[in-house]
Amino acid sequence: MDTAVTAKKKWWAGGYSPFNVSYGKLMMWYFLMSDAFTFGALLIAYGTIRFSSPSWPDPNEVFKSFPGMGHAELPLMFVSLMTFILIMSSVTMVLAVHAGHMRDRKAVAKWLLLTIIGGFAFLSCQAWEWTHLFHEGAWWGRNPFVNADGTQASTNFTNFFFTITGFHGLHVTSGVILNIVILANVLKGTYDQRGHYEMVEKVGLYWHFVDLVWVFVFTCFYLL
Amino acid sequence: MEHTHTAAGHETAHVDSSTKSIWRTFWILLCITLVEVGLAFLHLEYGFLPRVVLNAIFIGLTVVKAFYIVAEFMHLGHEIKNLIMTILIPLLLFIWFIVAFLYEGDSWKNMRKDLKPGTPVETPKVGPAVKPGHV
Repeated sequence: MDTAVTAKKKWWAGGYSPFNVSYGKLMMWYFLMSDAFTFGALLIAYGTIRFSSPSWPDPNEVFKSFPGMGHAELPLMFVSLMTFILIMSSVTMVLAVHAGHMRDRKAVAKWLLLTIIGGFAFLSCQAWEWTHLFHEGAWWGRNPFVNADGTQASTNFTNFFFTITGFHGLHVTSGVILNIVILANVLKGTYDQRGHYEMVEKVGLYWHFVDLVWVFVFTCFYLL
Repeated sequence: MEHTHTAAGHETAHVDSSTKSIWRTFWILLCITLVEVGLAFLHLEYGFLPRVVLNAIFIGLTVVKAFYIVAEFMHLGHEIKNLIMTILIPLLLFIWFIVAFLYEGDSWKNMRKDLKPGTPVETPKVGPAVKPGHV
């Protein structure tokens, strides 16, 4: 909605959205807010348990592998790559939204396709990391890693890791599916008929939110 | 993109500057991530900066990244104040949420330490490097 915004406009007087966005976009924002609380609850539960534990596994000892590098110790490298992939796919998504503002169907399709590829790349990385950890003996209820001070660790570490990155991965998966649906509609010309590409913006909001959550997961599990 | 003349002239200029700001945001996010990883490596290799300071920096930089994603990529920074407030004010609950729960966790740790009996977690069986008296 490109309603002209003037300083003295009475937003709550009726006749238009007091938030200056469409109903669908506003509801996407509220959905994302509720989802933020879900992820927040998971991460804060993780923090609470970690605070209540005398010691905790060192992330640099646990996450040190890189595909094809054998037993070389490369802490943080793989997860940095995953972070880069997700940020990059966020950029292609914004570019798709902008192409949508220009009603440039081909450009929207191109950037959406790149976003979908980025999403698949991220999911593949996560699948590799999970498989690798699983072969090291880590899973829900099983923790082969010792605490930083050498004591036996509880299974809290693996339980939280797999639950939270799994929940995030599930969000990436549904984001990729939504992107594919939108791309099909773009190619069919649905949004050209409708006269606007707002659906790309709404799905874009969801996609950026997934990136936003990853920023926090990255900090909480790999850096702290 | 430039040669589509369906949009008004000022619209085209607006879109160009937005594309520039998208890439600017991308570089900011990438640089912050690289700084975080770099600091983590400096700490690993040389023990640079105490852990507490490092963690504070990490959390601060995470909030900065979150700000750029929400304000630029999700465009919230360019929406009207009503929308910004209806999203941000409920999120203030997180402040209480984080403080209360982490305080609770810390309190549990202290209770485990001080009220020792009946805590199986406290009896390390396989610890090779446990110094006596070190809990």
